[in-house]
Amino acid sequence: MDNGNIIEVKNLTKTFGKFTAVDDISFSVKKGEIFGLLGPNGAGKSTTLRMLSTLSQPTKGTATIGGYDTVKNDMQVRKLIGIVSEKMIIYNRLTAKENLYFFGNLFNIPKDTLNKRIDELLELVKLTKFKNAQVGTFSTGMRQRMNVIRALLNMPQVLYLDEPTLGLDPQSSVEIREFIKKLNQEQGTTVVLTTHMMVDADLLCDRIAIVDHGKIIALDTSTNLKKIISGADTMIINLEIANLTPDILSAIKALDCIDAVTQETAAQLRIIVHGEDAFDTIVDLVRKRGGKITSMSNLQPTLEDVFLHITGHDVRDTVAEKISTERRRFGAPQARVR
Amino acid sequence: MTAQTIIKHSLRIAWKDLMELFRNRMGLVLLIVMPLFMMVMVGFIYPSGGASLNNMPIAMVNEDAGFNGSYLPSQTFFTTLQSINDQTGMMTLTTASSLEEVTDLVQRGELSGGIVIPSNFSQSILSGEQGTIIIVTDQSNPQISATINAVLSGVFDGMSTAMAQQNVLLMNPTLNQTTALAVVKPLTVQSQGVVPGNPSYFDFIAPGLMAMTVMMSVMTGLPVAISHEKELGTMDGMMVAPVNRLSILLGKTLAQTLRGLIQGAIILALAIGIFGVAIQGNILLVFALLLLGVFSFVGLGIVITSFTKDQETAQMLMMTLMFPMMFLSGVFFPIQQMPGFMQAISHFLPLTYAADALRKVMVLGAGVSQISTELLILTGFGVVMIAIALPVFRKMMTR
Ligand SMILES: Nc1ncnc2c1ncn2[C@@H]1O[C@H](COP(=O)(O)OP(=O)(O)OP(=O)(O)O)[C@@H](O)[C@H]1O
Ligand SMILES: [Mg+2]
Repeated sequence: MDNGNIIEVKNLTKTFGKFTAVDDISFSVKKGEIFGLLGPNGAGKSTTLRMLSTLSQPTKGTATIGGYDTVKNDMQVRKLIGIVSEKMIIYNRLTAKENLYFFGNLFNIPKDTLNKRIDELLELVKLTKFKNAQVGTFSTGMRQRMNVIRALLNMPQVLYLDEPTLGLDPQSSVEIREFIKKLNQEQGTTVVLTTHMMVDADLLCDRIAIVDHGKIIALDTSTNLKKIISGADTMIINLEIANLTPDILSAIKALDCIDAVTQETAAQLRIIVHGEDAFDTIVDLVRKRGGKITSMSNLQPTLEDVFLHITGHDVRDTVAEKISTERRRFGAPQARVR
Repeated sequence: MTAQTIIKHSLRIAWKDLMELFRNRMGLVLLIVMPLFMMVMVGFIYPSGGASLNNMPIAMVNEDAGFNGSYLPSQTFFTTLQSINDQTGMMTLTTASSLEEVTDLVQRGELSGGIVIPSNFSQSILSGEQGTIIIVTDQSNPQISATINAVLSGVFDGMSTAMAQQNVLLMNPTLNQTTALAVVKPLTVQSQGVVPGNPSYFDFIAPGLMAMTVMMSVMTGLPVAISHEKELGTMDGMMVAPVNRLSILLGKTLAQTLRGLIQGAIILALAIGIFGVAIQGNILLVFALLLLGVFSFVGLGIVITSFTKDQETAQMLMMTLMFPMMFLSGVFFPIQQMPGFMQAISHFLPLTYAADALRKVMVLGAGVSQISTELLILTGFGVVMIAIALPVFRKMMTR
């Protein structure tokens, strides 16, 4: 806490039997920060959040929230936090008000204060009209808004959001994102969110920890993370070959200057390359193999590229090939053998 | 965390659970229908002695050739049987021509049995020998078969006594009727219950059924309720609040207990209202016993909760445990009917004692002092099981 960090995580590890879901991670989150854990399915994001919110006990390591240890001072920690988990914490057969009242009571909020706060929160997410309707009748977007304000009943200093936009339409996703941003700016609430969606991370987070196989493999601001790619002599190329064949594809992959290739459509490739003459090398190769290049352009790196670049595999479960030989130059951790 | 807060939180949680329960129409209907169904099923379908059997098709065959063409004892027999049957309505009596015909009709399933009087019946009796009557029964239905045997034997017994009485009087006209009867049948039985009235199978089964429903509702309801919330993810909502784990357990138990008691009360109302069961003892003692039964089961419920990850497993486990428990605890059959090793098992089931004590109170009008052993055992069960369960539960909650 002394250094402005509200969350301190040290060597946090969680194993389920022989399987290590969270592997010795350490990081800290500053007060008032929006901190993102970005990673593919099964990376260990939820498990990490569960440990930080006292729902699960670490196998090894410690985490403190506001100076309180999540294991030894769990009751203290609970007063400081709110959690929006993957599954909606809401009772369908209770009305919006009854739900909030129930959870508010568990936080020992005095009746008058609680009633006032419930009204404010419902107003904040435009659900006042539905105050006395059973939550089961709500749309997914409305339910998620309920789910979020439920976590705010105790006015937490730290709000955890586990995939807050999962399953929402673009409109609702924007609403939730704006709500989180507003909460952070107006109340100074520290936010830790997990996501596997680049937009969430890009648009919301002050800093992002990229998680893969239970380890943090990069941690920085979105801009700095992208510099891993654009700063070095690495480029993202969009390449369209009208008559793309598997033969041409594997020839490209075999090139020395290629870091990763993702096939976006039948004719379109997204390629991460390094080296000054990479552009020419690729064009030469494609021509030699009889490929017809219809378009080739330089792209701005996205977090997705960063992820792909450091891990060698796609965040989404699409096919991504990795060429690992050159990767260590960028200080990325070694590829894990699976 | 003070005890007051723990209780306050648990009441909130119980209230929430009950709200959910009462808003679930289907669940509510089942809540009421289940005990009704149970009562009707076990009460009507389960064979409850001769009383519930009626209109069994029975054929009478009279091959009796008579003796000197005079008085036919076989006629007397049939008249007696007919007049008894007119009162009970147990049988539908028809006539058939021969033993072979009766056998054939039983095999076809058209008759439940037959009574055959052989041709030498009157002759034997009137010449001082024993008269024999053949009873044909449908062995494919042991229940009916046994009933017919019992009923007819009773009739024969009565008749042979009457005949013997007549014979004694003939031999010694100085005796009066009563003395003659005493000569023929020196011993007679008069059975007298502890309480007035004639309890039916419902009286036997209602207390056990109540105990079972209430206790099972806690043992099954608790794991299901908790694993259901774990699966939904809503349990996390309670777990991240500064709430003692004990409150969650207590709240859920309270809600399930209330649910069980409601079901118990429904059974009681049905038993009294529809099935004519009379309660001899104190009704408050009945409910107190039910609560004690719940207490004795809570620990077991918690242990099961701790070991089941999802609702499906919980439900399956419950089914597996419930069935043997139901039958081994003497809810449906008296324990004394069971083989030795089963009786031994039944001594380890709290339901056995709860059902027993409840039966004593409801049927026999027993008071606290008469069921003190059961009360002590149930309390002991409860304390020991909870002592085992709480640490297990605590460990489970922080996995
Ligand atoms: N209770 C558990 N028992 C066993 N394994 C578990 C348990 N919880 C999580 N895991 C495993 O740990 C790994 C990490 O799970 P976690 O839910 O933290 O991933 P995640 O990053 O949140 O992924 P997602 O994007 O799918 O939510 C997964 O492989 C999962 O199967
Ligand atoms: Mg997750």
